[in-house]
Amino acid sequence: MDNVAQVKGKLIVVEGTDGSGKSTQAHLLYEWILGLNCKVFFSEWNSSAIVKGATKKGKKRLALTPTTFSAIHATDFADRYERQILPMLKAGYIVICDRYIFTAFARDSVRGCNLEWLKKLYSFALIPHITFFYKVPLEVACERILAGRPQLKFFEAGMDLNLSSDITESFKIFQGRILKEYLSLSRQYKFTVIDGTKDVHYQQTLARKIVEEKIELSRFRKRSMQ
Amino acid sequence: MKRFFKNPPPNVNPEDLNGKLVVIEGPDSSGRSTQIELLSKWLEMKGYPVVQTGLKRSLLVAEELESALQGNVLSPRTLTLFYATDFYDQLENIIIPSLRAGFIVLADRYIYTLMARAIIRGAEREWIESIYEMAIIPDLVLYLYVSPSVLVERTFQAHQQLDYWESGMDLGFSKDWFTSFLKYQRRMRLEFKRMEKKFGFEIINANRTPKSVDRDLKARIARVIDEAEK
Repeated sequence: MDNVAQVKGKLIVVEGTDGSGKSTQAHLLYEWILGLNCKVFFSEWNSSAIVKGATKKGKKRLALTPTTFSAIHATDFADRYERQILPMLKAGYIVICDRYIFTAFARDSVRGCNLEWLKKLYSFALIPHITFFYKVPLEVACERILAGRPQLKFFEAGMDLNLSSDITESFKIFQGRILKEYLSLSRQYKFTVIDGTKDVHYQQTLARKIVEEKIELSRFRKRSMQ
Repeated sequence: MKRFFKNPPPNVNPEDLNGKLVVIEGPDSSGRSTQIELLSKWLEMKGYPVVQTGLKRSLLVAEELESALQGNVLSPRTLTLFYATDFYDQLENIIIPSLRAGFIVLADRYIYTLMARAIIRGAEREWIESIYEMAIIPDLVLYLYVSPSVLVERTFQAHQQLDYWESGMDLGFSKDWFTSFLKYQRRMRLEFKRMEKKFGFEIINANRTPKSVDRDLKARIARVIDEAEK
C-alpha cells in the first residue's frame, strides 16, 4: 500500500454536500496554482472515460442498488486514481480532487452500505494532505440547488431510498443525512472546515492561506523550457 | 435461509432465501458449460426450477467490461472492481431473487475465480476478500480440476488458439504464449488449492470423460437437494 509520505506531490481534496460551493472553490484553487506556474492537475469525481458510460446507463435505467452504485463508483475512482492521480503524485504534482473517497463514504453509507466495507473498498487510496470541507447548513445548500436547477436527478435526490414521493422533499432529507455523515467523517479524518455561507472571495482567500501554510508552492514550479 | 461471508447487501433478508446455490468452478475448457447444461436438464427433469448465472453477464456492465478487456486498458485494480460491480449486479438481480423464489442457481464460476485472478495480479488477499464479503456462501462449490497439459489439448481442439487472459499474457511471465499459459494455469491451481480448505470446495477430477464427471457432479448435487427435502 502506498503511503502519503512516499509521494513527492501533494493531494488537496474538496468535499461538501451539493450546493456547498466546493466546486467553485476547487476551480479557483486550481486556477491560482496554475497561474503560479506550478505543476497542478485537477480531477473530477465520476469522470473516467471507460467506466462513465456504464454508470450513466445504470442511472438512466434506474438499475442501480446501493451496492452496485457504490461498486461502479469505486471502479471509476480506481481507474482515475491509478491512471492519473497516483502517477501525478509520484511525479511531484499537486493534485486537486473535486470530491474524493469521502463522498463515497458519506453518500453510500446513507444508502445503507456498511461504512467499514466502504473503507476497505477504498483502502488503496491515499489520505489527502489537505481536505477542505465546505460546511453549509442544509437549508442554504438546498436553497442554492433548488433555485438554480429545479430539475433534480433521480439518484442525486436519493429517490431510490423511498424517503418521499416528492423529489424535492426526498432531496432535502437525503442531503440532510449526507451532511450528518460528513460531519462525523470530518472529525475522524481531520477535515479543514470552511464556512461555506461566507463570501466566495473570502473563502478562497482563506483556503489559499491554508494551502500556503501547508505546502511550499515554490517547490512545485514547472521547469523553464529554455 | 442463506449465510453470507459477512453481512448481506443492504435490503436483503437472508431468511427469505430458500433456493440452493451451486457453484461450478474451473478453468476454461474444463467442461464447465457442458456440465452445467447437463445438470440444468437433469434438475428440470426432476422438477426443480433452474437459473444460470456466470461472470461478465450482468446487464449493468458486461458490455463495457468486455470492451475494456478487449482493449486491455484497465489496471488490475480497476478491472477487479469492474468485475465486482458485474458480480453484485447479478447477485442482487438474478441470484437473490431466484433463491427467494426457491430456484436452484447454477453459477458458472463465482467469486473464487475473481479472487484468484486478482491475487495473482498483486491484490492484497484481505482487500479482495473484503470486497466480496456480501456474497452468499454457496451450498456447494465444485471445482473442476484439469491438469494444464490436458487443458492445452482441449483448448486447441476447441479454439485452435490460446486465450490472452487465460494465458495470463498481461502478467509478463513469458513472451511465449504456451509457456505463459502453463505457468498461469499452475498459479491459478495453486490459488484454488489455498482456497480449497478455507472455503470448503469439493475437487472433481475433470481429466475424465464428460460422462463420468457428469455422474460425479450429479451424485454430489443430489445430496444437497435431498438434504433440503428431509
